[in-house]
Amino acid sequence: MKARTIRRHMKESVKNLGRNGWMTFASVSAVTVTLILVGVFLVIMMNLNKVADSIEDDVEIRVHIDIAATKEDQAALEEQIKGLSKVESVTFSAKEEELDNLIASLGEEGEVFNLFEQDNPLNDVFIVKAKNPTDTMNVAKQIDEFEYTTKVKYGQGSVEKLFSFLSVSRNVGLVLIVGLLFTAMFLISNTIKITIIARRREIEIMRLVGATNSFIRWPFFLEGLMLGVLGSVIPIAMISVLYSKAHDYIAPRLEGNFIQILDVNPFIFQVAGILVIMGAFIGIWGSLMSVRKFLKI
Amino acid sequence: MIEMKEVYKKYSNGVTAANGIDVNIQQGEFVYVVGPSGAGKSTFIKMMYREEKPTKGSIMINGINLATLRPSKVPLLRRNIGVVFQDFKLLPTLNVYENVAFALEVIEEQPKYIKKRVMETLDLVGLKHKARMLPTELSGGEQQRVSIARSIVNAPKLVIADEPTGNLDPETSWEIMNIFEEINTRGTTIVMATHNKEIVNTIKHRVIAIESGKIVRDQMRGDYGYES
Repeated sequence: MKARTIRRHMKESVKNLGRNGWMTFASVSAVTVTLILVGVFLVIMMNLNKVADSIEDDVEIRVHIDIAATKEDQAALEEQIKGLSKVESVTFSAKEEELDNLIASLGEEGEVFNLFEQDNPLNDVFIVKAKNPTDTMNVAKQIDEFEYTTKVKYGQGSVEKLFSFLSVSRNVGLVLIVGLLFTAMFLISNTIKITIIARRREIEIMRLVGATNSFIRWPFFLEGLMLGVLGSVIPIAMISVLYSKAHDYIAPRLEGNFIQILDVNPFIFQVAGILVIMGAFIGIWGSLMSVRKFLKI
Repeated sequence: MIEMKEVYKKYSNGVTAANGIDVNIQQGEFVYVVGPSGAGKSTFIKMMYREEKPTKGSIMINGINLATLRPSKVPLLRRNIGVVFQDFKLLPTLNVYENVAFALEVIEEQPKYIKKRVMETLDLVGLKHKARMLPTELSGGEQQRVSIARSIVNAPKLVIADEPTGNLDPETSWEIMNIFEEINTRGTTIVMATHNKEIVNTIKHRVIAIESGKIVRDQMRGDYGYES
């Protein structure tokens, strides 16, 4: 396409946005409202994901080793566990270590357990991590079959519940976002349709004098793009400011906890990028949908 | 230049607007298309610039068969055909110059050429001095002249006019006819649907009469033939 033609299309679309001021305002508002909702969902979902990941990463299997097992038996068991395809790592923790951990976790009250240092009733433990946290249950079951294991623990029950809660909330969020996007596209295609009806004659004459369909479509494409990008400005500004504030408030309170939320940088830039692209996409799609029926030959 | 063979057009609502039309129009001819309202004149004309597609038969224009022409090629066909309507179809926000230039801009002509060509054409229709005025500031006859200028600005070989004098008073109608005559003497073929008995009977040309989707009369230097 010639530079002159591109300039003409740009000029035409800016002029039309100005000429149909109220419709432009309505379309931009529709995009803005949608993207605010989508943005908020996105922020919540991505953080939920982050939290879920950190919780999932914390899920581990504790394999209690039979006291009767010799060093060789232990080594054999370790090899067996490592041989499972879904296992990522196996760490050995001696019973002395286990006792120290227990005492430390109980604080002052734990001191009474110091008495057990001479006669430790705990077992040596293998701490096993699955490659994919959702495989934890299966891996635990397989390990339970091996010899010289007394107990295999991974937080039975609560882990299953956690995983199903996380997967449901991810899906619900996704469905909501897709639903919102469709609503916005529909709104935009309707608002633009009204502006196109006012420009029916222009399109009719263009077709009459031999303008190609793509030539006729270009200004509409650009208008949609501008509407979408304009509509994403307020949501991006709002979400960046609010998230920074929320992060400043929440992050220090989670210090030392295994749960974390996403850092402001690069997270808000990613969200901004997603919102601009979504805005542009719904603008273009809405606009092209409404011009389509005027171009049928 | 125009050759219709066994052309039928049946609309989806069941109306048959063309019922076996055969016609041959040579380059440089001036043809009136007459007939009662609803006889199929408009369909006959619309099929020539591929606004309507025939249900059956072939329409050749300059060797291109419109019945099988791909939709993507329609714009190229239209660049060789000028169309004028009863209601002018001007863009109210553009001035006279811009309305005419519009036809060349949207087919991406060179700006220099556009300027030269638009001024020449406005001169031909006698509106050079009103180039900066808006359509609403012009009389009906002047608006129709702008519309004619737009239809001929890219020098088409064929100009199709659907009742171009339908909205004009008799005196203005004669002025418009003079412009069409002028265009025709320069070699452009003109096909004009009209209800204006006086014009048809005074400025003699070939007359094609259509009734119920059929050509019932085709006469060189013919008469209008109906009571108006």
